[in-house]
Amino acid sequence: MSIGHLDVILIGVSLLAFGMLISLLRLFLGPTSPDRVVALDTINTLVVGMMIGLGAFYEQVILIDIAIVYAILSFVTTLFIARYISSRKEKEESQ
Amino acid sequence: MCKIVTLLPNNTHLNSYTVYAKSAFEIVGVMEAPDMFTFLVTFLGVFVLYLLLVWGSGDADTAYWAIEEVFAGLILSLISAGVARMMLGKAENTKMFLKWPLFIVYVPIFLVYLAKANIDVAYRVITGRINPGIVRIKPGLKTDLGRTVLANSITLTPGTLTVDIDKEKGDLFVHWINVQETKSEEEKVKAVCGSFSDWARRLTE
Amino acid sequence: MSWDWAMITMVVLVVISMFFMLLGAIGLHRFPDVYTRLHAATKATTFGSIFLAIAVIVYAVFRITDPETLDVNVGSYITLAVHTFIALVALLITNPTGAHAIASAARKAGVVPEQAVIDEYEEVE
Repeated sequence: MSIGHLDVILIGVSLLAFGMLISLLRLFLGPTSPDRVVALDTINTLVVGMMIGLGAFYEQVILIDIAIVYAILSFVTTLFIARYISSRKEKEESQ
Repeated sequence: MCKIVTLLPNNTHLNSYTVYAKSAFEIVGVMEAPDMFTFLVTFLGVFVLYLLLVWGSGDADTAYWAIEEVFAGLILSLISAGVARMMLGKAENTKMFLKWPLFIVYVPIFLVYLAKANIDVAYRVITGRINPGIVRIKPGLKTDLGRTVLANSITLTPGTLTVDIDKEKGDLFVHWINVQETKSEEEKVKAVCGSFSDWARRLTE
Repeated sequence: MSWDWAMITMVVLVVISMFFMLLGAIGLHRFPDVYTRLHAATKATTFGSIFLAIAVIVYAVFRITDPETLDVNVGSYITLAVHTFIALVALLITNPTGAHAIASAARKAGVVPEQAVIDEYEEVE
């Protein structure tokens, strides 16, 4: 069995999935809402990275187009959630 | 082009639908010089982006672009430039693009600082050695655009993260992961931003 | 396994990329509060994705220039490289702005920085 150029990228993408699991843990644990948003933001970046890698692996350029749209949409989502949490005081901390 | 921009008459305040409608007519008719510049910059930017995205759509032997895609790109970038001019309409913001030679110098410097920042973050994640705090700095930038450029630049450079901005005075609140003692205000700005406050001023003013 | 120039470059780039990407994820657990976590998450993952994107672009350039694979559709690899670059630029522009939005929202929601030696924001409130 020989390792081709694309297998290097695939190994990288599987490591990214591992990183996503670590970030997901923070998404569940996070004591405050901003902590969860940070974890979500990290996962979004990792997903964009995964899409670029998989787009190269499967030779499907449409996956990279989706990555562009996903990057911009996730940014809008982050802004929206940030606007939402800034409008109310953090309650979870005091409990 | 430089002359056109320095004229800079005040723009209409876009606060009602009548103004929007008026602007829509202005695209077809005569446009004021700074508006025209914003329009052109947006049009060229969107058109180049579209051409990059559809690169390779044509017959590979004769042309890289299909003629239909070029026409679609022209129409779409005309529409988006019109919309952008109505919504943004400020020539101060697009004036920055006249200084494109500065960007060629700025980008490598920025990338070097980005690499430094990440080695710094790697060191702090591994050792866990932090000394955080939120400090207030006075970079003394006059325009909103300059503050935006500075805020985004220092977010990706060593140990700093912009938290908030004081809209009246233009002060930045910066989360600093390794707070150092500084004596004067200039020294503090220097320690937080490095040369980026000068760069933001050069790029935008 | 073929150790040509593209293979070596890609292995180096992917290793650097994965180091920083995973560091960003681990940093979410190593640091005490939301602001310091933002430092790790934003910077490290943005930097890591730059290297992953460069690895993909190197692969595309390799397939275009490789004499053994001249029969491949060159256009699709140009598209791959250009679209990867645009995705990278989109990430580079949106990530610091998103981090700034989260930090500002957290401060307004009343999350105080932990272990802070100085907090000059409190004077404003």
